[in-house]
Amino acid sequence: MSEIQFCLLLAALLFAIGVFGLLTRRNAIGILLSVELMANAVNINLVAFSRLHGGATGQVFALFAIALTVAEVAVGLALVILMARQRRTIDVSEARDLRG
Amino acid sequence: MSALELLGLCLLALVVLGGALGTVLSKNLVHSVLWLALVLVATAGLYARLTAGFLAGAQVLLYAGGVITLAIFAVMLSARLEGGPIPNDSAKRGRGLLAALAVGGLFCGVLLQSDFPAQGEVAVVDAAELGRSFLGEFVLPFEVLSVLLVAAMIGAIVIARREDA
Repeated sequence: MSEIQFCLLLAALLFAIGVFGLLTRRNAIGILLSVELMANAVNINLVAFSRLHGGATGQVFALFAIALTVAEVAVGLALVILMARQRRTIDVSEARDLRG
Repeated sequence: MSALELLGLCLLALVVLGGALGTVLSKNLVHSVLWLALVLVATAGLYARLTAGFLAGAQVLLYAGGVITLAIFAVMLSARLEGGPIPNDSAKRGRGLLAALAVGGLFCGVLLQSDFPAQGEVAVVDAAELGRSFLGEFVLPFEVLSVLLVAAMIGAIVIARREDA
């Protein structure tokens, strides 16, 4: 097995673990952490392919993805704090005002 | 790949996957965040292993530094607002496991079947080349990203501040 294939398999498993966390966690922070795991898996793929092809583009995209994830986490955690302040809970199953 | 290199890669992979499992399974939310920090630092090691040194540094600074600090702050603030430690239990584990197995099985199946070209001697991408890419070919997305970061920061402050403040 080549180094690239090893890294891609690792990223696939990491992504699957992230999916598991995303679907099973009940509090909003836990869900955000799972999304982080999945984003991290994607970045590993980008860097691995950058290594395979030898260009800078993969690493540039990985850096863009890292910056985007940081922005996403900042807004997401702000929403979590807002929910904690207004509802006294961050359990996402409690937020169902829009349910029909 | 020599045996020693393979051993190093396997160790990194073990830390990454173990930390990921700790993140999604831990009963304590603070432990979850710390497991995630371990995953992110181990990933930085993997980047260094893949000759992406600058990316490894950025990963530690931005992810392990920024994101983990933010998450710890959010855990503590919301625990105080909620009045007590936050429950960090999981629900519907069967369905989650099914979906994770489906996704992971699909990806791993495809990856194990595909044939990757043998890795030739490719040039190492250093920070100088990354910088030239950012300010050359990718200058427009780079500038848009800086605007997005400012917007996200202002948005986060506006969302999280108190109404009366």
